[in-house]
Amino acid sequence: MSVKEATKAVPAPVHATPEPPRPAKGHRAWDEAPRWQIYLPLGIYLLFTLVPFYWILLFSLRPAGSTSLVPWPMTFDHFEKVWTERSFGTYFGNSVLVGVATLLMTTLVALAGGYALARFDFKVKRAFMLALLCSQFVPGALLLVPLFEIFAELQMINSLGSVILAETVFQLPLSMILISNFIKNVPYSLEEAAWVDGCNRMTAFRIVVLPLLRPGLIAVGSFAFVHSWNHFLFALMFLNNQDKQTIPVGLNSLMSADSVDLGALAAGGIIAAVPVVIVFAFIQKWLITGFSAGAVKG
Amino acid sequence: MAQAAAVAKPPAPPRRRRASATPRRLPYLLIAPAALLMLGFIAYPVISVFYYSLQNYNPTKPWRNGYAGFDNFVHAFTKDPVFWDTLVFSAKWVVVEVGLQLLFGLALALIVNQTFVGRGLGRALVFSPWAVSGVLTSAIWVLLYNSQTGITRYLADMGIGSYGTSWLSDTSTVFPAAVVADLWRGVPFFAILILADLQSVSKDLYEAAEVDGASRIKQFWHITLPHLKDAIILSTLLRAVWEFNNVDLLYTLTGGGPAGETTTLPLYIANTSVDAHNFGYASALTTVAFVILLFCSMVYLRLSKFGGESK
Repeated sequence: MSVKEATKAVPAPVHATPEPPRPAKGHRAWDEAPRWQIYLPLGIYLLFTLVPFYWILLFSLRPAGSTSLVPWPMTFDHFEKVWTERSFGTYFGNSVLVGVATLLMTTLVALAGGYALARFDFKVKRAFMLALLCSQFVPGALLLVPLFEIFAELQMINSLGSVILAETVFQLPLSMILISNFIKNVPYSLEEAAWVDGCNRMTAFRIVVLPLLRPGLIAVGSFAFVHSWNHFLFALMFLNNQDKQTIPVGLNSLMSADSVDLGALAAGGIIAAVPVVIVFAFIQKWLITGFSAGAVKG
Repeated sequence: MAQAAAVAKPPAPPRRRRASATPRRLPYLLIAPAALLMLGFIAYPVISVFYYSLQNYNPTKPWRNGYAGFDNFVHAFTKDPVFWDTLVFSAKWVVVEVGLQLLFGLALALIVNQTFVGRGLGRALVFSPWAVSGVLTSAIWVLLYNSQTGITRYLADMGIGSYGTSWLSDTSTVFPAAVVADLWRGVPFFAILILADLQSVSKDLYEAAEVDGASRIKQFWHITLPHLKDAIILSTLLRAVWEFNNVDLLYTLTGGGPAGETTTLPLYIANTSVDAHNFGYASALTTVAFVILLFCSMVYLRLSKFGGESK
């Protein structure tokens, strides 16, 4: 490549999305495609993304038997029916419990492990990192039988604890790699400076590192929540009682009924989507930087 | 695999006994919870799967349980046509899915990496299906493919497809129908990963290329792609493993049907263990799936020269 520009911009820190300055009107920046090359394919792709969302919203809001393409007259009967008759109220509570517990456990355990990986060299570190990577190849779905036996042994079948544990374990590897990369981005000298000022390791970590990790931890916690909220097989296998089931299992039973009640299915789907959509709206700007902080880089 | 795991080691921090009396045990204490959880709920189950694969193990027929040697494997490879069918379908599913997801995901990432009005909203909207579960994806597409009230009916009005049958219950349409449903959720994942890496390409390179008069196509070919190479190789592999293993979507969308047409190997394993309670045989199939995954991953990483001379 040729000589670099002398006026080199200061590289942005990894955890801030570098926003290229908006070009002045009438001036085409060097890296810009013609407008239609952006808007046309993006528009087509947006249609593909949004039509399915619109469809399920439409079915959930229009009366049964209606074929209108706008949800008018609007009705909330399907939601009422699903929430009470199909016990989605109960499922929703269970799913929230599983999601929040998984989020807390994953974040705490991964934070401890991630700190050790980022700041220490110890004997089994390499082996442990390798184990983390290999575990990505282990499908939870294929371990159903032995996992079922372990939970049966622990008297945990039919308790939400089994699902929370299983979800946490399968979230851990990636979360730990992510968090250790976030910690590596915090200069070690900051911590050392705090020790010199008389903090012990724990206090130094709490005062110096933790505030800087906030965006990363939110991203990791959100991943854990979204994944456990969406996961289906563990709940299907380890929970037998109706009152212990989670939302995906409820959706599945709506779908596999002999005559599918489309309105109820759509309303159930909307209920399943609302929390993750809120979480997603909240974290989507961190999603990209979260990954660029090194999920792929390792 | 070993190459992929090679992590740049930071220089060991100097031991400053003066400032912080850190016990030698601390790192071990810190990773203990994670290590114990993973040993108990990942490593131990994996070992039990290997052990059960050599057993006849069926809780509903306890009188036949016991050591079986390699009978389960022999049965799979010689007497079980379903096993071969599911293996072939798995390969087809993974190759088609991951290939298309990479193609569209890369294109999408390149588009939303540009500066344009409404970029933030556009990004949020096209990435949104990433957060949606496999079961919800199935629910959405079951509504879309419904023969009476789905989008497909309107398409039939336009002469695409036919009335009366759902695309999911016809053997000739079920594969593309399932692929499209899975793409809807899978493409954003790829786009997010690639976009993350795109943002780390130094702008100077493009400016230099611009000065040298390289076209945008050339810039993409010589700057962007080499830079993305490792990210693409790794995310393709992770996604392929994930697509192979994931059963949520197909289980709820098609149930592996019609007539076993869309049954992947993991789906077959789930059915064998859950419905038929044939744990020994399911474990043998799981072992085969592990070996295939590991072998394919090694070959793939070797062929793609991961971590080789990029940039």
